[in-house]
Amino acid sequence: MLVSDLVEKFGLKVFSGEEGLENEVNGGYVSDLLSDVMGNAAEGEVWITLQTHQNVMAIASLKDLAAVILVKGTEPEDDTLERSNEEGIPVLGTNLSTFEIAGKLYSFIS
Amino acid sequence: MNLNFEIASGDFSKAGRASSHIKKVLKQLQVEPKVIKRIVVAIYEAEVNVVAHSVGGTLSAVIDEIGIQVELKDNGPGIEDIEKAMKKGYSTASKKVRDMGFGAGMGLPNIKKNTDELSIKSKVGEGTTVTFRTNF
Repeated sequence: MLVSDLVEKFGLKVFSGEEGLENEVNGGYVSDLLSDVMGNAAEGEVWITLQTHQNVMAIASLKDLAAVILVKGTEPEDDTLERSNEEGIPVLGTNLSTFEIAGKLYSFIS
Repeated sequence: MNLNFEIASGDFSKAGRASSHIKKVLKQLQVEPKVIKRIVVAIYEAEVNVVAHSVGGTLSAVIDEIGIQVELKDNGPGIEDIEKAMKKGYSTASKKVRDMGFGAGMGLPNIKKNTDELSIKSKVGEGTTVTFRTNF
Protein backbone atom coordinates (compact mmCIF):
# COMPACT_ATOMS: atom_id res chain seq x y z
CA MET A 1 0.00 0.00 0.00
CA LEU A 2 1.22 3.49 -0.83
CA VAL A 3 0.84 6.81 0.98
CA SER A 4 -1.21 8.01 -2.01
CA ASP A 5 -3.71 5.18 -1.38
CA LEU A 6 -4.33 6.55 2.13
CA VAL A 7 -4.63 10.10 0.81
CA GLU A 8 -7.27 9.01 -1.68
CA LYS A 9 -9.18 6.68 0.63
CA PHE A 10 -9.44 9.11 3.58
CA GLY A 11 -9.37 12.44 1.76
CA LEU A 12 -6.19 13.52 3.52
CA LYS A 13 -4.81 16.96 2.80
CA VAL A 14 -1.29 16.91 1.33
CA PHE A 15 0.66 19.80 2.87
CA SER A 16 4.12 18.93 1.53
CA GLY A 17 6.61 16.23 0.58
CA GLU A 18 4.67 15.18 -2.55
CA GLU A 19 7.77 13.35 -3.73
CA GLY A 20 7.09 10.72 -1.06
CA LEU A 21 3.46 9.98 -1.97
CA GLU A 22 4.62 6.73 -3.53
CA ASN A 23 6.33 5.64 -0.28
CA GLU A 24 5.33 2.15 0.76
CA VAL A 25 3.24 1.98 3.97
CA ASN A 26 3.46 -1.09 6.19
CA GLY A 27 1.81 0.10 9.38
CA GLY A 28 1.25 3.02 11.67
CA TYR A 29 2.35 4.52 14.97
CA VAL A 30 0.43 6.90 17.22
CA SER A 31 2.21 9.12 19.74
CA ASP A 32 2.87 12.75 20.63
CA LEU A 33 5.98 11.90 22.64
CA LEU A 34 8.96 12.21 20.35
CA SER A 35 11.21 9.80 22.23
CA ASP A 36 8.46 7.21 22.12
CA VAL A 37 8.38 7.44 18.34
CA MET A 38 12.17 7.51 18.22
CA GLY A 39 12.37 4.36 20.31
CA ASN A 40 9.43 2.38 18.96
CA ALA A 41 8.21 3.38 15.50
CA ALA A 42 9.42 1.26 12.59
CA GLU A 43 10.52 2.00 9.04
CA GLY A 44 7.64 2.49 6.58
CA GLU A 45 5.07 3.38 9.24
CA VAL A 46 2.71 6.33 9.08
CA TRP A 47 2.99 8.54 12.20
CA ILE A 48 -0.21 10.09 13.53
CA THR A 49 0.41 13.08 15.82
CA LEU A 50 -0.65 16.56 16.88
CA GLN A 51 2.93 17.85 17.06
CA THR A 52 3.54 20.30 14.20
CA HIS A 53 7.13 21.54 14.66
CA GLN A 54 10.10 20.59 12.51
CA ASN A 55 11.56 18.06 14.93
CA VAL A 56 8.74 15.81 13.78
CA MET A 57 10.40 15.73 10.37
CA ALA A 58 13.84 15.12 11.87
CA ILE A 59 12.44 12.02 13.54
CA ALA A 60 10.42 10.91 10.50
CA SER A 61 13.56 11.12 8.42
CA LEU A 62 15.88 9.39 10.91
CA LYS A 63 13.35 6.57 11.32
CA ASP A 64 12.54 6.32 7.58
CA LEU A 65 8.81 6.74 8.20
CA ALA A 66 6.45 6.75 5.21
CA ALA A 67 4.47 9.88 6.12
CA VAL A 68 3.17 12.03 8.98
CA ILE A 69 -0.54 12.67 9.55
CA LEU A 70 -1.54 15.73 11.58
CA VAL A 71 -4.89 15.43 13.31
CA LYS A 72 -7.82 17.73 14.19
CA GLY A 73 -7.14 20.20 11.39
CA THR A 74 -3.75 21.27 12.77
CA GLU A 75 -1.28 22.70 10.27
CA PRO A 76 2.48 22.23 10.05
CA GLU A 77 4.84 25.12 10.78
CA ASP A 78 6.76 26.63 7.85
CA ASP A 79 10.07 24.98 8.70
CA THR A 80 8.26 21.65 9.01
CA LEU A 81 6.98 22.04 5.43
CA GLU A 82 10.44 22.94 4.23
CA ARG A 83 12.00 19.93 5.91
CA SER A 84 9.25 17.64 4.60
CA ASN A 85 9.94 18.76 1.02
CA GLU A 86 13.68 18.32 1.48
CA GLU A 87 13.29 14.83 2.87
CA GLY A 88 10.51 13.71 0.53
CA ILE A 89 8.37 12.59 3.44
CA PRO A 90 4.77 13.82 3.09
CA VAL A 91 3.01 15.77 5.82
CA LEU A 92 -0.69 15.01 5.57
CA GLY A 93 -3.67 16.41 7.43
CA THR A 94 -7.12 15.35 8.57
CA ASN A 95 -9.93 17.01 10.52
CA LEU A 96 -10.55 13.75 12.35
CA SER A 97 -9.27 13.09 15.87
CA THR A 98 -6.36 10.74 16.52
CA PHE A 99 -8.78 8.04 17.70
CA GLU A 100 -10.90 8.25 14.56
CA ILE A 101 -8.14 8.34 11.97
CA ALA A 102 -6.12 5.64 13.75
CA GLY A 103 -9.18 3.38 13.82
CA LYS A 104 -9.84 3.88 10.12
CA LEU A 105 -6.20 3.35 9.15
CA TYR A 106 -5.93 0.28 11.32
CA SER A 107 -8.79 -1.50 9.65
CA PHE A 108 -7.67 -0.41 6.19
CA ILE A 109 -4.04 -1.48 6.62
CA SER A 110 -4.46 -4.73 8.55
CA MET B 1 37.01 8.58 10.71
CA ASN B 2 36.36 11.53 13.05
CA LEU B 3 33.24 13.69 12.95
CA ASN B 4 32.70 16.74 15.16
CA PHE B 5 29.64 18.88 15.81
CA GLU B 6 28.77 21.89 17.96
CA ILE B 7 25.42 21.72 19.76
CA ALA B 8 23.83 25.01 20.84
CA SER B 9 21.63 25.26 23.91
CA GLY B 10 17.92 25.62 23.21
CA ASP B 11 18.23 25.39 19.43
CA PHE B 12 15.80 22.57 18.66
CA SER B 13 15.85 23.43 14.95
CA LYS B 14 19.35 21.94 14.77
CA ALA B 15 18.66 18.88 16.91
CA GLY B 16 19.17 15.91 14.63
CA ARG B 17 21.90 17.51 12.54
CA ALA B 18 24.64 15.21 13.86
CA SER B 19 22.50 12.07 13.79
CA SER B 20 21.31 12.76 10.28
CA HIS B 21 24.86 13.38 9.02
CA ILE B 22 26.21 10.27 10.75
CA LYS B 23 23.34 8.21 9.33
CA LYS B 24 24.41 9.19 5.81
CA VAL B 25 28.04 8.32 6.52
CA LEU B 26 27.15 4.91 7.97
CA LYS B 27 24.95 4.19 4.95
CA GLN B 28 27.86 4.97 2.65
CA LEU B 29 30.02 2.63 4.70
CA GLN B 30 27.31 -0.02 4.14
CA VAL B 31 26.75 -0.67 7.81
CA GLU B 32 23.78 -2.98 8.38
CA PRO B 33 20.51 -0.94 8.37
CA LYS B 34 19.41 -2.44 11.70
CA VAL B 35 22.61 -1.26 13.37
CA ILE B 36 22.35 2.19 11.77
CA LYS B 37 18.86 2.51 13.26
CA ARG B 38 20.15 1.79 16.77
CA ILE B 39 23.01 4.25 16.45
CA VAL B 40 20.78 6.99 15.07
CA VAL B 41 18.29 6.69 17.95
CA ALA B 42 21.08 6.97 20.52
CA ILE B 43 22.74 9.96 18.85
CA TYR B 44 19.49 11.85 18.32
CA GLU B 45 18.46 11.43 21.94
CA ALA B 46 21.89 12.54 23.11
CA GLU B 47 21.75 15.63 20.89
CA VAL B 48 18.32 16.55 22.23
CA ASN B 49 19.60 16.19 25.79
CA VAL B 50 22.37 18.70 25.16
CA VAL B 51 19.94 21.13 23.47
CA ALA B 52 17.24 20.78 26.13
CA HIS B 53 19.28 20.59 29.33
CA SER B 54 22.74 22.08 28.91
CA VAL B 55 24.31 25.45 28.19
CA GLY B 56 25.72 23.94 24.99
CA GLY B 57 28.40 21.46 24.07
CA THR B 58 30.03 19.28 21.46
CA LEU B 59 29.55 15.86 19.92
CA SER B 60 32.40 13.86 18.49
CA ALA B 61 32.09 10.51 16.80
CA VAL B 62 34.87 8.10 15.89
CA ILE B 63 34.06 5.37 13.39
CA ASP B 64 36.39 2.40 13.06
CA GLU B 65 36.08 -1.07 11.49
CA ILE B 66 34.09 -2.54 14.34
CA GLY B 67 31.82 0.23 15.52
CA ILE B 68 31.16 3.83 16.44
CA GLN B 69 32.26 5.63 19.60
CA VAL B 70 30.38 8.83 20.44
CA GLU B 71 31.26 11.42 23.06
CA LEU B 72 29.07 14.37 24.07
CA LYS B 73 30.56 17.03 26.31
CA ASP B 74 28.66 19.98 27.69
CA ASN B 75 29.65 22.88 29.91
CA GLY B 76 26.95 22.54 32.52
CA PRO B 77 24.86 22.62 34.56
CA GLY B 78 25.57 18.94 35.30
CA ILE B 79 23.26 16.13 36.44
CA GLU B 80 22.51 15.98 40.15
CA ASP B 81 21.42 12.36 40.34
CA ILE B 82 22.45 10.18 37.40
CA GLU B 83 20.64 7.13 38.74
CA LYS B 84 17.37 9.06 38.79
CA ALA B 85 18.02 10.51 35.34
CA MET B 86 18.36 6.98 33.96
CA LYS B 87 14.91 6.01 35.25
CA LYS B 88 12.18 5.71 32.63
CA GLY B 89 9.71 8.56 33.02
CA TYR B 90 11.96 10.80 35.13
CA SER B 91 12.68 14.20 33.58
CA THR B 92 13.68 17.69 34.65
CA ALA B 93 12.62 19.21 31.30
CA SER B 94 10.81 22.57 31.24
CA LYS B 95 7.15 22.89 30.34
CA LYS B 96 8.06 24.38 26.96
CA VAL B 97 10.23 21.38 26.14
CA ARG B 98 7.53 18.97 27.30
CA ASP B 99 4.89 20.70 25.20
CA MET B 100 7.03 19.95 22.15
CA GLY B 101 6.78 16.27 23.00
CA PHE B 102 10.27 15.99 24.48
CA GLY B 103 11.08 15.49 28.15
CA ALA B 104 9.11 12.30 28.68
CA GLY B 105 11.96 10.69 30.58
CA MET B 106 12.68 8.27 27.75
CA GLY B 107 15.85 9.75 26.26
CA LEU B 108 18.55 8.15 28.40
CA PRO B 109 16.73 4.77 28.52
CA ASN B 110 16.56 4.91 24.69
CA ILE B 111 20.31 5.56 24.56
CA LYS B 112 21.01 2.67 26.91
CA LYS B 113 18.83 0.30 24.93
CA ASN B 114 20.52 1.10 21.65
CA THR B 115 24.18 1.06 22.66
CA ASP B 116 26.63 -1.64 23.72
CA GLU B 117 28.50 0.51 26.23
CA LEU B 118 27.37 3.69 27.97
CA SER B 119 29.10 5.91 30.49
CA ILE B 120 27.82 9.14 32.03
CA LYS B 121 30.10 11.36 34.08
CA SER B 122 28.75 14.55 35.53
CA LYS B 123 29.70 17.25 37.99
CA VAL B 124 27.14 19.82 39.07
CA GLY B 125 28.36 23.30 38.12
CA GLU B 126 30.86 21.92 35.62
CA GLY B 127 29.22 19.71 33.04
CA THR B 128 28.40 16.28 31.74
CA THR B 129 30.25 13.87 29.50
CA VAL B 130 28.25 11.05 27.91
CA THR B 131 30.17 8.38 26.06
CA PHE B 132 28.67 5.43 24.25
CA ARG B 133 29.65 2.78 21.77
CA THR B 134 27.66 0.64 19.39
CA ASN B 135 29.38 -2.15 17.50
CA PHE B 136 28.51 -2.99 13.89
